[in-house]
Parts: sequence; C-alpha cells; structure tokens
Amino acid sequence: MRRAVIAFTAFLGGLILLLAAPAHAADPEQSLRGTLKLQGQPVNGVKIVVTTESGQPVQEVTSNAQGAWEVPIAEPGPYKVTLDVGTLPKDVEVRGGTNVRSLTVYEGNPATALFALQAKSADGAPPGDDGASSAFWQRAAQLTFEGFNLGLIIALAALGLSLIYGTTGLTNFAHGELVTLGALIAYGFNTGIGLHLIPAAALAVIVAGGLGYSQDRFFWGQLRRRGTGIIAMMIISIGVALFLRYLFLIVFGGESDSFVQYNAQPGMQIGPISAAPKNLVAMGIELTVLVVVGIALLRTRTGKAARAVADNPALAASSGINVDRVIRIIWTMGGAIAGLAGIMLGLSQNLKFTMGQDLLLLIFAGVTLGGLGTAFGALIGSIIVGLFVQVSTLWIPPELKNVGALAVLIIVLLFRPQGILGRRERIG
Amino acid sequence: MHAETTKEQKTAALAAFKDLAREPGVPKPDPILVVDNVVRRFGGLTAVEVEHVEVQRGSITALIGPNGAGKTTFFNQLTGFDTADSGQWTFNGRNMNGVPAHKVARSGMVRTFQLTKALSKLTVLENMRLGAQAQKGETFWRALVPSLWRGQEDEITERAEELLTRFKLDAKRDDFAGSLSGGQRKLLEMARALMVRPELVMLDEPMAGVNPALTQSLLGHVKDLREQGMTVLFVEHDMDMVRDISDWVIVMAQGNVIAEGPPDTIMSDSRVIDAYLGAHHDAPLSEDELEQQLHEAEEELVAENEEEAKK
Amino acid sequence: MDWTTIISTTVKAAIGVETVWYALAAIGINIHFGYTGLLNFGQSAFLAVAGYGLAVTVTVIGLPFWIGIVVGLAAAVLLALLLGIPTLRLRADYLAIVTIAAAEIVRLIFRSVAFKDVFGGSDGRRGFSDGFYALNPYPDGTYGFGWFTFNERVLWVLTIGWILVGLSCAVVYLLMKSPWGRVLKAIREDEDAVRSLGKNVFSYKMQSLILGGVIGSLGGFIYGLAYASVQPDIFGTETTFFAYTIVILGGAARVFGPVVGSMIFWVLLVLVNGVLSGAVQSGFITFMDITQVGPFRFLLVGLGLILLLVYRPQGIFGDKREIAIDAR
Repeated sequence: MRRAVIAFTAFLGGLILLLAAPAHAADPEQSLRGTLKLQGQPVNGVKIVVTTESGQPVQEVTSNAQGAWEVPIAEPGPYKVTLDVGTLPKDVEVRGGTNVRSLTVYEGNPATALFALQAKSADGAPPGDDGASSAFWQRAAQLTFEGFNLGLIIALAALGLSLIYGTTGLTNFAHGELVTLGALIAYGFNTGIGLHLIPAAALAVIVAGGLGYSQDRFFWGQLRRRGTGIIAMMIISIGVALFLRYLFLIVFGGESDSFVQYNAQPGMQIGPISAAPKNLVAMGIELTVLVVVGIALLRTRTGKAARAVADNPALAASSGINVDRVIRIIWTMGGAIAGLAGIMLGLSQNLKFTMGQDLLLLIFAGVTLGGLGTAFGALIGSIIVGLFVQVSTLWIPPELKNVGALAVLIIVLLFRPQGILGRRERIG
Repeated sequence: MHAETTKEQKTAALAAFKDLAREPGVPKPDPILVVDNVVRRFGGLTAVEVEHVEVQRGSITALIGPNGAGKTTFFNQLTGFDTADSGQWTFNGRNMNGVPAHKVARSGMVRTFQLTKALSKLTVLENMRLGAQAQKGETFWRALVPSLWRGQEDEITERAEELLTRFKLDAKRDDFAGSLSGGQRKLLEMARALMVRPELVMLDEPMAGVNPALTQSLLGHVKDLREQGMTVLFVEHDMDMVRDISDWVIVMAQGNVIAEGPPDTIMSDSRVIDAYLGAHHDAPLSEDELEQQLHEAEEELVAENEEEAKK
Repeated sequence: MDWTTIISTTVKAAIGVETVWYALAAIGINIHFGYTGLLNFGQSAFLAVAGYGLAVTVTVIGLPFWIGIVVGLAAAVLLALLLGIPTLRLRADYLAIVTIAAAEIVRLIFRSVAFKDVFGGSDGRRGFSDGFYALNPYPDGTYGFGWFTFNERVLWVLTIGWILVGLSCAVVYLLMKSPWGRVLKAIREDEDAVRSLGKNVFSYKMQSLILGGVIGSLGGFIYGLAYASVQPDIFGTETTFFAYTIVILGGAARVFGPVVGSMIFWVLLVLVNGVLSGAVQSGFITFMDITQVGPFRFLLVGLGLILLLVYRPQGIFGDKREIAIDAR
C-alpha cells in the first residue's frame, strides 16, 4: 500500500510542484523596492538595508542614478527596511523622522518602501501627516495608471469573449488560453527565431487570428451545425481550456520568462506617475485597437451585422445576414485581439502558461459588469475592473485584489444582473 | 347528465352576461378575478396599462387582440411570472399583486404557456404527477422514506391516469414527453394544469401551432373545463376560434382593454376593427413584418455603402 | 518497465483515496448539474470550507475532531446559503460565472498571507487527523494479498470513505425515485413550468445546492484525513472541472455515474502515468521528458472531456434519451 500512497502523493505532489515550481525555479517574483527623490530629482548612492522582521539581514543595496533600488525577496512575509541616513547627501533628511519602514511582502507582488526626503534646512519641518497624504495620492495616481493599463488589456480580451457570447451563446472558458496563446506565439518568434519583438508580435497577432478562424471553422462551427446545446458547449470549452493549458505547460514549461526586448526598461517620471515607455506605447496600441474595433463595429457593414447577430441571431439570419460568416469573422478578430492582449500582458508582467487563465475571471467580471453580449459594455466593464483591481490595493493587501474584483462582480449581478449596458430581458 | 350540466353551465354563463353593458371594464355579477390599474413598462414602452377588468366565475372568457397587444405580458403579471410596475388584482377576493408564481398557482389560478413547456425528459405520467399539490413526498426528509408517500402517490397516479384517458394520452403514459407531437404537448400541458385542481385555468394561445384535426378536440376540452365548474380565461389572436367557444370576449390593443362583449357582436365593434386593421401603424410588429423591415434596412445599408464607395 | 508497479497502482487506484474523494465531489455535482441543472462551478469551495473547517477547529482552536466535522459541515451549508441566495435566481451561465468566482475568492482567502495565522497561507494546515485515526479499529499491520495491500491507516480511510460513498448513493437513489427528485428533474427541464404548477423552485434549488454541497464536502474531509493536511491549491477550479469530467464520464443523472466515472478517471490517469513514465525512463519515448508526463495526462483529460461531450454526452453507461444535458 505504501507504494500506492507514495505513487498517488507523488503525482499529486508532482502536479502541485509543477504549478508552484516557477516561484522557486525562476527569480523570485516578489521584491522590495523604492525610489528616492528630493524635489523631483533622484538621489543616488543611498544605502538601504533590508532585514527580516527579527533582524536577520537579507540584503543591502544602494540607490542608482534614477534614485531607484530593489531587493528580490525569496519568501513572502514581513520585512524591515532601513535607510542609512549617513549615506544621504548633506542637508537632506527623511521626512517624518524615522528611517525604518516595516512592510509585508506578498507572493508575486513588489512592495514599495516609501521614504520621503526633504531639505534639512527647511524652516520648520512640515507635519508628517502631509507627507503621508501626498504619498497616498502619489500611489493612488500610480495605481490608477496601472489599473487603466490592466483594464485596457482585459478589454481587449473581453471584446472577443463578449461578441462570441452574443453571436453563439458560448460562454468560452478557453478564452483565457487564447490570451496565453498570443503571448506564447510571440515569445516563440521572439526567442526561437530571434525576431525583434515588434515584428514577432505582429506575426503572432496574425497567427492568433488565423487560429481563431480555424477554431471556428473546424471546431465550434461544426459543433453548432450538430446543434450542440450551449451548456454542453460551455463544458466543451472547459475541455479545450484544460487541453491548451497543459499543452502550454508541456511546450513552454512551468517557469516564467520574458520577451527579449523591452525587458527591464527604466521607468520615467510623468507627474506623480512613474512608467516605463513600453507601458505607454502598449497603452497607446491597446487604445488604438479598441477605438478601431469600436468604429468598425459602429460603421462597417460587417460590424453592424455582427451587432445585429449578437442582438438576435435568428432574426439577423432571416434578414439575409450570413450569420456563419459573421461569426467566423468575430472568432478571427476575437482570437487576434485576445492574442494581442496576451502580448501586452507579457510586456507588463512575465510570461507564464497560466497568465491567461489567471486573467479569465477578470475578463468574465468585465464582460458581466458591462452586460453579457454587448461590445461596448465589455469595454467599460473591463476598464472598471482593471481600475478596481489596482486601486483597491491602496486599502487591501495586493494578494487579495482579485478577491475584491470578484466580490464586486457578484454584487453587481445581485443588483443589476444585466450589467451596465445590458438590457433586461423581456419575459414571455 | 353530462349534456345537461353543459347546458346548465353554458346557460348560467350566458345569463350572467345577458344584460351587461358592452363597455371595457364593465362589472360582472360574480367576478372571480378583478384587475385594477395594472401597468408594466419595458424601458420607454408601455406594454400593459389595464384600468379595470373583471372575469366572470364559471365562464369561458377570451382575451383577444392583435399581435403585441400585451396579452401575454398581462398574463405574466397576473400569474406572478413578471412584476407589474403598479396596480393590484384580486382572485376570489384575495389580493394577488406581488405574490410569487408558485403561490398564485397554489391558490387555484393555473396557467399554461404559449410555447408549450412539456418537461421532455420526464415521462407523460411523471409530468402529470408533478401537477398534484401538497405531496408528502415533495419534502426532503419525507422523500427519504417511501412508505410515507407511497399511498398518496398511488392516488395521484390514479387521478393522473383518469385525466390521461380523458385527454386520450393514456397510450403514451410511459413515453418521454419530448416524443409527443405539438398538439399532444398542448393536451398534456392542459391535463397537467388540471392536476393542480384549479378554479381558474388561464390558457395562453392553446390553439397555436396545433393542426386543425386536434383543434376541435382541444376546443372540446376547453368547453369541458367549464362543465366541471372551472373558469377559463384564454388568450387568442384568431377571432374565428374565439367565436365558437367563448361566452365573453375582452379585447386588448396596445396594452389597453379597448372593448368587451359577447363573441357574436364584438367582431362588429368599430374599436375592435380599428385595432385589428390599424395594428400595422403603431403596434409592435409580427415576425413577417420585422423580416420585411430588416430587408429594407439591409437594402439601405447596401445603398449607403455603395454611396460611400462612389465617393 | 516495472509492470507490477504499474498494474498494482492502477488496480489500487480503482478504490483509492483519490477515487473516493473525487467520487464524493462528483456525486454532489451530479445532484446540482445532473438532476437539477444547476451549473455549480464552485464545488471545490465546498470541499475547501469543510476541510479547513475541520483543520482550523482542531489545530487553531484546539477542539476535538468530531466538533471539527460538525464545523466543516456547517461551513458547507453556510456556503451553500451564501452562494445560493444571490445566484439561484440568475440564468445558468451567470450562475456558472458567479460560482467559479466565489470558489476563487474562497481559495485566495485561504492562501492569503493576511490570514496566515488561521489558514496557514499556501502551506495550509496539518496535524488534525489524530482524532480520526484514534478511532481506527484495525490494528497496525498490512492488509490484503500479494501486491494488493494497504496499511491500517489507509484501510481505515478507505473504509469510511466507501461507506460515505455508499450512503450518498443510497440517499441519491431514494431521493431521485421520490416526488422530491421529480421536482428537481422538472426544474432542470423547465423551471417556469414547475413554478406554474405551484412548486417553490427557489427552495428546491437551494435544497439541491445544500445537499450536493454537503456530499461534496465529505470529499474535503476524506482528502484532509487521508493526507493529514489541507492546502488551498488542492481546492482550485481544476478540481471542480475534473469532477465535472467524472460526472459526464460516468453519465450525468445516474445514481452510480459519478462513482463509476471516478474509478475510470483515476484508473486511466494512473495507468497512463505509469506507462508513460516507464516508457520515458526506459527510453521508449524520447519526445518528452519525465516532467512532461504529468501535464500530458491532464491534456488527455481535456481531450477526453471534449470527445465525450461531442460523441457520447450521455457518458459511458448513460441512456441517450435520458441525457440530462442538451447535447445532440
């Protein structure tokens, strides 16, 4: 028996290890970091000492030319960060007096230690409250920015999901895997063939669109022709999700990795927000794509047809719209922009075989919030979800930020099940 | 005996209606259902706005009107399947607004649906048994002890079989309801509703989609209900159907009750003719008309595109 | 290749601990989905609250084992109420999304650093099963014949586990033969029709959710007791998805469907694992390494789920006419 137990535990444990492995194998995903600035100017060469709560030393670093410092943390938990005041430039002191910060580092998230600096000779130190509140607003601005970025990524993925739902009634649980797929294809072109990320990404989006097309042409379309029920299709999509997810794990492995280019891009300061240029470019691309798709839905014949089919497929079919063709276009486009979402997600965080799966519930949240089956509802809902996830970390631990978003999803469904832009269905 | 009762019920019903005014909302001598100011809006569209209407006990009352007149929506309000924005109605003197659908049914007001809801993966007999009320075996703990509900189940089965025989479905008793034809499903649904032992049977388009041969049999069953002392209120948009069996007709158009009267004179009422003929102007569209409009819209789109292309 | 080990682990998998706790989870899903038509994608949360209810009561609060069981069951009922009150009025697809979201919330809270003192973070809780093994009537030793042997601890878990599976099946059998079960099946077909016949649909759905949740929660206990520990990630959405695969494999809305399904599922999984690992180690298969065998089996699960629903939605032993899910 012992052998059997060992075998069972071993392969269950193996699964867990496989899933958990990246956290140990690759660089720790969590870190402690911060940026030291005096009146907008970076302060470099300042020594920062990180210890555990009980005082065990972890690492010492000095701030770089941008004033930034970062210490990777292997094990999440509480830590102490001490700024060595002796290494500060003359006439500079830490606002608020104390030079020690106690912080909790959560799995997979960087924690920021804030040291506000001020000139020593300043007549009468400003009250500590002031410093804290300006730091709060700075963080709020930063998180709003990051939330908007996340929201746009969710919106890209949500658009396809929502339109596919509207036109075919399919709640596609494999949509998260389409997001991962785009990122991994780009990664393949990028690292495998050695293409620069920009052409690699463009190619990947095209391939993802082609895969979306063939998925409908050879799979979902066939199922629709057989008259498969929507509940059955939903469960089939779970099968597809499991299949793809483990295919990614086999091909890509359990570790996280990043694209070759734009990897560690230094941030720049725009007002209260610090952002890497790649984030700004990514947001620009995301916005452009969303606007173009939005205009296409409103203005082009296919777009209008798509919305008509989403509204009432039977009626649209009887009015001479080729429903199958419209659905195929939606799948193609949905696959392409979901792939783009994956690439953008890979730019702002690391690539991992579960990246899309982890995003799926947020995509659902965005889509339901906006109203299942509506294109523009999905956009608005997604941006709200993205903002909510990031900004909520002002008050709740980052590890629970998704809990907040999911709780909001449930609450919204309670009071307005049709979502923000959805219509209440007429009974009878 | 049978024929006599028929006559009695029919005569009684006709007598009750004899001297009534032909006005919408006219009071009846012995109303079982009284409706006041029921309003239902969908967004900006007012689907139902009924000021006052009464249904006479023991009669067959038809609710007619052109497509989109709000008949089914009105039905849904009364039976608790949709919530009215305002208004109230009483059944046997009991206030029924805000009462959930299952309680409405328990109080003796049972409906059927326009699109039949036969429970297709249950057998015909199971469908029937489901209709019986106050079943001991339907509570969780008692369900676990078959001896507690076996006796009652046998009684229910007996009653179900009688009804099935009456509705000529007894040969199908062990078939899945999904295997029945459209007309048979209508019959099953009506028979199942009778298992509830209702006082008021509300039939939503009982004749829709039934082949002409079965229509006569269905009409016979509806008349039968009155014979047995039940009240029938049914929705229909085909006026010829109505003439044959109803004692009284209520006409709805655009959510309002616009006329009431006996079936032989109501068809000549100018308000009714207007409603039916004028329906094309204001009332929501039939499917054919929708199709037509979509075609037109499509053509416009094509034209628009061509214009754009020319530029 | 070591065929003895492969065959022995495979045969044991047919009645092993995994088979038991997945069967219990799947019996619950069968009540929800197979009989009532409720798409509960949060079944893993029921297992989680039960397992953690037991673990926290015993290790953190220090109360005896049987109180832990009561707390776990109460937690499952409470979760059913919390989930059911807002969601049971929603459409099927909304229900699926809300339940899966709720299960993720439960898992994230259990693994959070913020509640590490109570739930133990991502390591979970251990050391709460002594009370259970103290009741073990089997003396120390090995039971069975040849390679088909279990030690006294596993035998005890399996005994209790299979008794629970048997009891659950008996309850399902009795209920689904009764008028109560008839109402459930009718709700699956068309809830408006049921409403029009005077049944309180919400109440029946809630009863179904509680019953299926409580039976599923027994699976959480069995897992926790067998491994003497609970971890949050055991109770992720994939557990629910595997349980759905099991239900469909054995045939939805059939009393023994989930049990047979669970046995087949784990036999196949263990067999494929043994054969592939063996083949990789002895060099017959070179296109994958040993770490890829694990994921490959779950890839096959996904493929199997797709093929089942497309070609045999009634499951292996199901009757196509009675198939609960609308798939032609």
